[in-house]
Amino acid sequence: MTVKPPADKVSIPERALVPLWLLAELTYACPLQCPYCSNPLELPRSRSSELTTEQWLDVMQQARKLGAVQLGFSGGEPLVRPDVELLVQEGSKMGFYCNLITSALGLTTERITAFKNAGLNHLQISFQGSDQETNARFGGSDSFVHKLAMTKEVIRQGIPLGLNFVLHRHNIHQVADFLALADSLGAEFVELANTQYYAWAMHNREQLLPSRQQLQDAEAATNKFRDTSGSRMKVFFVAPDYYDDRPKKCSNGWGTTFITVTPDGDVLPCQSARIIPGLEFPNIHTQTLRDIWLDSKLFQRFRGTAWMQEPCASCPEKHIDLGGCRCQAFMLTGDAASTDPVCSLSPLHHVVTEITDAANAQTAPLPSAQSSTPARPLLFRNTGNSRKLSAKKETSTS
Amino acid sequence: MSSTLDFARDTFKINPRYRLQWEDAQQCHVLLYPEGLVKLSGTAAEILGRCQQPTRAAELIAALQREYPAADTLADDVMEFLTHARQQEWIKRTED
Repeated sequence: MTVKPPADKVSIPERALVPLWLLAELTYACPLQCPYCSNPLELPRSRSSELTTEQWLDVMQQARKLGAVQLGFSGGEPLVRPDVELLVQEGSKMGFYCNLITSALGLTTERITAFKNAGLNHLQISFQGSDQETNARFGGSDSFVHKLAMTKEVIRQGIPLGLNFVLHRHNIHQVADFLALADSLGAEFVELANTQYYAWAMHNREQLLPSRQQLQDAEAATNKFRDTSGSRMKVFFVAPDYYDDRPKKCSNGWGTTFITVTPDGDVLPCQSARIIPGLEFPNIHTQTLRDIWLDSKLFQRFRGTAWMQEPCASCPEKHIDLGGCRCQAFMLTGDAASTDPVCSLSPLHHVVTEITDAANAQTAPLPSAQSSTPARPLLFRNTGNSRKLSAKKETSTS
Repeated sequence: MSSTLDFARDTFKINPRYRLQWEDAQQCHVLLYPEGLVKLSGTAAEILGRCQQPTRAAELIAALQREYPAADTLADDVMEFLTHARQQEWIKRTED
């Protein structure tokens, strides 16, 4: 994504602090069970607390007034809500550029037509594998044939389409196959998105993190496709930051670009901020989006650079990565205000290299159906497993 | 392919995947595309605004020169921007 981040809050007038993106997480409900899902480990037991259509329209209107221009509908699986078409239609009228991020489960030819008529600007379909067996194994649902059919139909109806292939240790060897598949379907964009280690992916990290060799092979396969296929398809490769020596910016800078609204109306600077202890999470039921964006303690907590500790505070590169991801800093060091330990300048960088060393020491799975029988099984994202985790947490804290 | 767009010969227009739009909150034009956006300078927006309908480089420069007769490097500046826009695929050959 190319967005120009505003500089430090202190050095820019308030008017320049515009949330360019509204990410509307319409629901946590999802027919898939991907073990790398970024939704919270503690899934709600019912959907009764989800915002209504009218409440979403109000949130969208408020965000538009603040200057938001990109609108992403995601989840869970946003298509489990019957009102997505209406939200897209109204979002388009408000002047948003509307993106729908889906697994294609719940998509039909009729709904694609409805989205086209509603003015949907971009639709992204995720794949869990490059073949039926892998896709079913990691999505927890036999959806491959349907995804192929819907991909073709979206292209036929002329909605700009991107495919998203989430990579991890057990499917990263399929990159070349997936690119060939996407190209044959006629996709315009492909995102080869390595799993980022939050939430369910964090829980399953030991089973999911690829080795450096696997990663290099996947990048080489991607470059070979770009150089030799003659395809016009644009391919983006997103590496897992554990193998970098500088961290990635948190959501393009905490409280600079993104507003995420959760299914129950919490307003967050990033999708996973609720894991950070000691913060209060404002909700659109009790505050306006404008007040939350400009004045809430949450959005100000890590905005700019004033909150930084050493080694970030005096680092000449602090404006480049803003100290990295706050959630990752918390998960890996226990302190959300510390340097993201992906950074080689972090005194706790060894925490990350120990994780990658372990991933490199594991034998890479064979690229076949017999591939993976990890010692500890992958925990799939579903309500049963969510309850088990919650029960375990309660036991361990009582 | 858009990379073959020849400014001496071809007509071109904004890539239909992109949307040019004025944003009040930012007091600038933006160019929107799937999952991203670029903020445009006034000059860039003025040029791209004239690519909403099919045009040719020479026509575009002539029209801008009539509007801004005092700008003596205008032709070079416009060509520099168009070359960038072609490389970014913001503009495409009309027949593509």
